[in-house]
Amino acid sequence: MGDSTDKMDVIIVGAGLAGLSAAYFLADAGLDVLIVERGDFPGSKNVTGGRIYLNPIRDLFPDLWKDAPLERHVVRERLTPMAKESAMTIELRSERFNRQPYHSYTILRAKFDRWFADQVADRGAFLIPKNKVDDLIIEDGADKEHPKVMGIVADGDEIYADVVVAADGILSFMAEKAGLRDKQQPRHFAVGIKETIELPRKTIEDRFNLEGDEGLAQLFFGELTQGMVGGGFLYTNLESVSLGLVLGIESMMERDPLEEVHPLMEAFKERPEIRVLFEGGEVVEYSAHVLTEGGIHAMPKLYSDGIVVVGDAAGLGLSMLITVRGMEYAMASGAMAAQAIQRAKEKEDFSASSLAYYEELMRDSFVLKDLNTFRHTLEFMENPRLFSLYPQFICDLFEKMMWIGEGPKEGLFSTAFGEVRNKLLNLSTLRDVLNFRKL
Amino acid sequence: MLSDLAVSKTALRGESKMAIAMNIESKLGLDAFKLDQESHIHINQEICRRDCKEKYCLYVCPAHLYSISQESGDIYVEFEGCLECGTCRIACPHGALEWDYPRSGFGVQFRFG
Repeated sequence: MGDSTDKMDVIIVGAGLAGLSAAYFLADAGLDVLIVERGDFPGSKNVTGGRIYLNPIRDLFPDLWKDAPLERHVVRERLTPMAKESAMTIELRSERFNRQPYHSYTILRAKFDRWFADQVADRGAFLIPKNKVDDLIIEDGADKEHPKVMGIVADGDEIYADVVVAADGILSFMAEKAGLRDKQQPRHFAVGIKETIELPRKTIEDRFNLEGDEGLAQLFFGELTQGMVGGGFLYTNLESVSLGLVLGIESMMERDPLEEVHPLMEAFKERPEIRVLFEGGEVVEYSAHVLTEGGIHAMPKLYSDGIVVVGDAAGLGLSMLITVRGMEYAMASGAMAAQAIQRAKEKEDFSASSLAYYEELMRDSFVLKDLNTFRHTLEFMENPRLFSLYPQFICDLFEKMMWIGEGPKEGLFSTAFGEVRNKLLNLSTLRDVLNFRKL
Repeated sequence: MLSDLAVSKTALRGESKMAIAMNIESKLGLDAFKLDQESHIHINQEICRRDCKEKYCLYVCPAHLYSISQESGDIYVEFEGCLECGTCRIACPHGALEWDYPRSGFGVQFRFG
């Protein structure tokens, strides 16, 4: 893999959205960029739920979106609290979401990342797939607190660079090896489990009330996670639907008694609300991926001498309860890392104090502003009532209001008031309301 | 293990009332894996035996790859079906898992992602 005396300007570990975005700009600026990817092709190790929101990053990549292989633009948003035997769905259908340029798209990463990598290669970056980076080259005798990164080791070959971009995903071994973060805590992470289910395009449009390339996104919470932090998701792609669960790792560990979690996916699919949507469908892939729930609390240090950390590797993901974010943070962080590296190159100074400019840019951007605004989400979500009591309550209330029994029917107000008084009026729910203001 | 899975995919679909219902082995049979001889997950049995009562790895893996031997108490992992999510690595409180990504060119290759 190249002579060890050769030195690149930049080595990027991982061809995901963050790494490819950094490469996109660095190659444009004429720097020598090498992207090392462990999968057979870019995207082959990457998983999303998922959907991407374009507004925050649209202008950063003005030439990218016109031909991008995205799936459907989302015009229907559904939120579904689930109880044991009932589920209630709140749906927004918005014409605003249906006007160009579209607000958000569903996406399949094996397809999108592979295409994005081609755009990056066209701009002059070198991409080597099927190569896993095993280690960083760290300068001898360096201070353990402030290691100086000199390059990478991949399959026994040493390659040197002015800067290494750690874009190696949520488990970021690179950030760990560079001493930029401690052991990952279960409470800061969740695992997403997903099935990709193929259905004919026409069937998807009929079953989800979509016209043409319109799409639907749905989030579920309640019974399906058995009281654990998390929920379900459904995203319509062009010719498949992504259906899955997200489960907080710590709450899986706190189950009493401990139970295997993979059967929850089958239980979810067997729900009558879900089953009818997929009749005749074919499961074509089963995937899993860890995501951050920790927000700003789970972020590593973003830079040191000769290294910056971007995307999932930098913990740039956020669950905002009703929206789940990450891919646009990844792309923006890659772009900002590129900007900081370009400036470092002009000064020929790749020290931590020079690369600190990356963090400065991030602080001024929507990325760290969002993570800061939603810094209380984690403590809010670590509330079991959110995943059991409330969804069950909402469904029970409406069921009771809709139900006509044998005798006379109680007035709607007294039904509602009685339910609230009996089930919701207590100190812990009052505390939840007060906590809600922090969001 | 995985050659059995490839067969079970069609077998199960034929038997099942609902086309999308599947057990975990047949789900893994849908994925493209490039199999290595060597495991990328090394388990320190001594730590597991000495320090670990909970055995979280048996429960949290979305691919259900971990098992325990009733006789020896050893923990086994069928690394071939690993989805490379890293949940077990984060959940193991004792650091008993030496978990790295599979070597270059091996492991799961997602076609949809």
